Amino acid sequence: MSRDTQIREQPKTHEVRIRVNGEERVTEVEARTSLLDWLREAIGLTGTKKGCNEGACGSCTVLVDGRRMNACMILVVQCEGSAVTTVEGLAGPDGELHPVQRAFSACDAYQCGYCTPGQLISAVACIEEGHTGSEEEVREWMSGNLCRCSAYPQITAAVMMAAEELGR
Amino acid sequence: MSSADARTAVGSARTRIEGPLKLTGAARYSMDNLPPGTLYAVLVGATVASGSVVTIDVAEAKAVAGVVSVLTGEDLPPLGPVLEFPGAPVKKPMEGDQIHFEGQAVAIVLAETLEAAEEARPLVSVAYAAEPVVLPGAGERQFLGAPDGDGTVWWPYGQPFARGDSAAALESAPVRFAASYVQPSRHHNPIETSGTLASWDGDRLTLWDSIQASMLLPPMFASVFGIDPADVHVIAPFTGGGFGCKGFWMHQLLAVAAAKAVGRPVKLHLRRGDQYNATGFQPLMTQRVELGADAEGHLQVYRHRVANITGMVETYLEAATEVKALYECPVIDTAQEIERVTVGMPSPMRCPNEGPGLWALESAINELAHEVGIDPLELRLRNYAEKDPLTGRPWSSKKLREAYAEGAELFGWHGRPRGGRRDGNWLIGTGMASAVGGTMRMPGTARVRLRSDGSVLIETDVQDIGTGLQTLLTQIAADEIGVPIDNIDVAWGDSALPTTGPIYGSSTMHTGSAVALACRELRRELAALSSLADPIEAVRAAGVEEVVGERTSQLPGGVEVDHDGGSTGFSMRTFGASFVEVAVDPMLGLVRLRRAVGSYSVGRIINPKTARSQMLGSFAWGWGKATMEASELDPTTARWLSKDLAGVHIPVNADIPGDITINFVDEYDHHASPIGAKGIGEFGSVGIDAAVAEAVFDAVGVRIRELPITPKRLLDALA
Amino acid sequence: MKRFTYDRPQLEGGAFSLLEQPEASVIAGGTELLNWMRLGIAEPDHLVDIARLPGWGEIALDGETLRIGALATLNKVGEHPLVDAHARALGEACLLAASAQLRNRATIGGNVLQRTRCVYFRAEAPLTWGCNKRQPGSGCAAIAGHSDDAAIFGWSESCAATHPSDPLVALACLDAEAELHSASGVRRLPVCDLHLSQVEAEAEGEDGATAENRLERGELIAAYLIPLRPASRSTYLKVRDRQSFAYSRVTAAASVELEDGVIGALRIALGSVAQRPWRLGRAEQALVGERLEEASLLAAIERDMEEARTLPGSDYKRRLARNAAIRAVMAAGA
Repeated sequence: MSRDTQIREQPKTHEVRIRVNGEERVTEVEARTSLLDWLREAIGLTGTKKGCNEGACGSCTVLVDGRRMNACMILVVQCEGSAVTTVEGLAGPDGELHPVQRAFSACDAYQCGYCTPGQLISAVACIEEGHTGSEEEVREWMSGNLCRCSAYPQITAAVMMAAEELGR
Repeated sequence: MSSADARTAVGSARTRIEGPLKLTGAARYSMDNLPPGTLYAVLVGATVASGSVVTIDVAEAKAVAGVVSVLTGEDLPPLGPVLEFPGAPVKKPMEGDQIHFEGQAVAIVLAETLEAAEEARPLVSVAYAAEPVVLPGAGERQFLGAPDGDGTVWWPYGQPFARGDSAAALESAPVRFAASYVQPSRHHNPIETSGTLASWDGDRLTLWDSIQASMLLPPMFASVFGIDPADVHVIAPFTGGGFGCKGFWMHQLLAVAAAKAVGRPVKLHLRRGDQYNATGFQPLMTQRVELGADAEGHLQVYRHRVANITGMVETYLEAATEVKALYECPVIDTAQEIERVTVGMPSPMRCPNEGPGLWALESAINELAHEVGIDPLELRLRNYAEKDPLTGRPWSSKKLREAYAEGAELFGWHGRPRGGRRDGNWLIGTGMASAVGGTMRMPGTARVRLRSDGSVLIETDVQDIGTGLQTLLTQIAADEIGVPIDNIDVAWGDSALPTTGPIYGSSTMHTGSAVALACRELRRELAALSSLADPIEAVRAAGVEEVVGERTSQLPGGVEVDHDGGSTGFSMRTFGASFVEVAVDPMLGLVRLRRAVGSYSVGRIINPKTARSQMLGSFAWGWGKATMEASELDPTTARWLSKDLAGVHIPVNADIPGDITINFVDEYDHHASPIGAKGIGEFGSVGIDAAVAEAVFDAVGVRIRELPITPKRLLDALA
Repeated sequence: MKRFTYDRPQLEGGAFSLLEQPEASVIAGGTELLNWMRLGIAEPDHLVDIARLPGWGEIALDGETLRIGALATLNKVGEHPLVDAHARALGEACLLAASAQLRNRATIGGNVLQRTRCVYFRAEAPLTWGCNKRQPGSGCAAIAGHSDDAAIFGWSESCAATHPSDPLVALACLDAEAELHSASGVRRLPVCDLHLSQVEAEAEGEDGATAENRLERGELIAAYLIPLRPASRSTYLKVRDRQSFAYSRVTAAASVELEDGVIGALRIALGSVAQRPWRLGRAEQALVGERLEEASLLAAIERDMEEARTLPGSDYKRRLARNAAIRAVMAAGA
């Protein structure tokens, strides 16, 4: 391919196909728009929270193609063809809570609730990854989600409880 | 439970009623709102910590596509008087050209998108005439006198106290101990940074704010913008962590002023770095404690000196000497100073006053116990204060002796192994400390409606900062009215509801009490309408749609604030003890928490489930303070070195083991509130640092008197 | 951050031609680059997304070599059975880095091209203090200021920054090579020589603060090649203030070949002590033939530590680094 066809004046926005909580979307975004800001400000999925905007707190954790990631560290343009799951996508279509959500409630694994969407998504992934062999393992693999209310012992207990329910 | 003799909701473990909202992402925090036409705001902060602004060139920033306006001080509408609130700043933002701390707002960028606003921020070109900064250790020290003295003290805490001749008593004491203790500046770092969304409609203002004291905003903005407080509508149901930093701050005023200036809603969500300068911090403090005792460890004299940094124009006193009621001691001498340096205003932080104070006092008590060769717990019992040692008043309730005993039993304190035993690379040590907390009571207001369908609605303008307050209110109402708890709902977080106290701490006392009183009024109203015992049958029989009770929980003498029971004739405080076991790796300087017990005498526990969470979270705060948290200033520019969550550590999940036992002594404080409860939320963090330092000493034999206990400090001490 | 163009070439060749644009930058995981752009450390006009280049994320054995594609994420490397079997220190280093969610995004290629965590460097523009990396010639505020995290080896008056990567230290210890691709071809470079200390950069006539590695412009790390050493066992130790999700104070990777308690071969690399992984060459040589005992390790490693030069805040790192090295070697040989 020739350089001339590669290096060109680009449009100000990019069209991106992205599936969010099962819904296919085609969106026009600037290249610099983060997945986090897009979810919150463009399509109104405000369950995903902004805490640090640098990957240091985990409150924006979402699933991208099944893996947990910090939405603040991803550009929407990088998500072409990807499937994203946010906290709004955890409960069943009938509103039935996910086992992880139920375990968080049972264990009182949240207080102010701001980090909770990220904790929940991270917990779903932690269980799916198989990192629930012991409380110590859960604590390590849930350490990417800061909780300043410090509900950590309850979060760990909830992840263990949900893992058991999910047969992991 | 529909009969009055089965009132067991209070005291039972209840699951949070707001849970489904928080667990599904449906809970709307302030920055989750976006009215049509909203502009995104980003603050431009001063890059010098001292000096003045010479020029601000906004042309390049304004030229960025999407930028609507860049406001400097001249562009703001005229601002009326800023009200003076305890612990809040008073200096108007962007007024005049003087810079008093790095990061002080000098301009606001407003844009159609967040991306455009952030792009434009560094393009605002500001020229400064810099002046020398003032760093801790070099600032002007100021002794703060009585509150009616120079007017700089805004609360009655931290006043000098002297009984007896401390110099003579120290001179003659058979055993003397003296040491200085340092703790660094620390930031609250709630995971939700502060945010304000302001929307004007003529002279009516709607605010979505991340706040834990929303009742401050209507009077404040009424004063500043010359409007009726009733026209300030504050919507703040969910606040993503407060910990003391979400009262009134100038960014809120700037967002409101900017919205007025441009005639569009303005959304200002502080970036993490901005928060380091905008909403306070717990200030760097140096404390000196001098103790004199007899050979059996009975205290004869206690002297405590404290100095904390504060800003050049804003005054904050961290009242660490408010721990002086912990022990019986004939001679007590405490005093505090502030030191003015070029930083922003400090503020209360979980847990203010006693948190810092007990780091020093309880460390000193542990060291004294070692000097006289007495078990640290036994030394504390020998100096147990049966009544308030300052006033001689009886305690409203105090079961610290029971808290010690139960905590020691749960921990196995008396049978604990000698310090320094080895487990692989780790050396194990144990330590303990007491906790004492002040009691700040304020009036609260609530309205309770019992409808003919049997449902109950509690209405009060509390904000949910995570304490579980709404759930507690339903428990109180269930027992007071005698209806099933599942019939009860709460409307909160909106200034159209009855105004109540701030959600700094102890909010169960003010608003929980108000709910209890409102329910009692409701029952009286109901009794006048129907003689039926069952309230739901009664309201139906009365043929009315609803019966309403609304009450304010007044304090004795009608005071606005009561400190430590001052208005009651009793001394009112909370008490507790923490026991910790740590592992220290002396080669690598690591300290890890292995297990702990917190045992508390804090009045009646309304909801053991959420109370336990409060104390566990608070315990983790104590661990963070003991071992990792510190915000350091650059010694040349007086800028915070790290303004993020990567360069400043707060505990992560892996730091906090599951083996932490929380124990509440069975207690009911009849004097503290109509519901027997006192404030607990911050209290679990108190004394952990001293217990950890003692455990480190027990493990490896070195005393660390400057927090946090990091690998660097440990290796330096062990070298 | 300012606007930029974005391209996602399908093939390697496309990436190289796009990277010829002035002010072009490559992005893969993006967990580092996006923060540079937010802080004003980097302001690229063009981003070239290589995250989907086919085959660049694979991990496989190739004869006597373990080949790890640069686009493999840290979690993929950390949990890969081949890595566990042949390069345990690397797997451990990957899983001790960052957080679970960042490790799902961050690639091992990008990870070793992180820049320092020096607090003076990681500040938002406009900068209020001197940093020769950010603004050449502006000075180094860290040397006169807060130096707790400063380098103790190989630093100069222009800069005392360290390199923060965990995997880099393990790769250096394992004698890995980096496979570098560019429009003009492929070359290999020992990972140990990939980065430059400030002193080395200045000795080569480069700017001590800004010349951080030997990558040429337009050159990408495509893979790491790790020689298989069935007789060796390796481990990685990370010392940090909190238990998890924190940058290190000091790290140590060690690879030991033992025969009847006697050291046959030894490799030790320290991290967070210099702007490059720091191999303890004297100890590695002196200890061959010695029994694996703390006392002999201490004596040998002290000789390497003689080179250390500390600032007021960083003196503890000399002892911490020594102790971490001893601990890592003992653990690898245990």
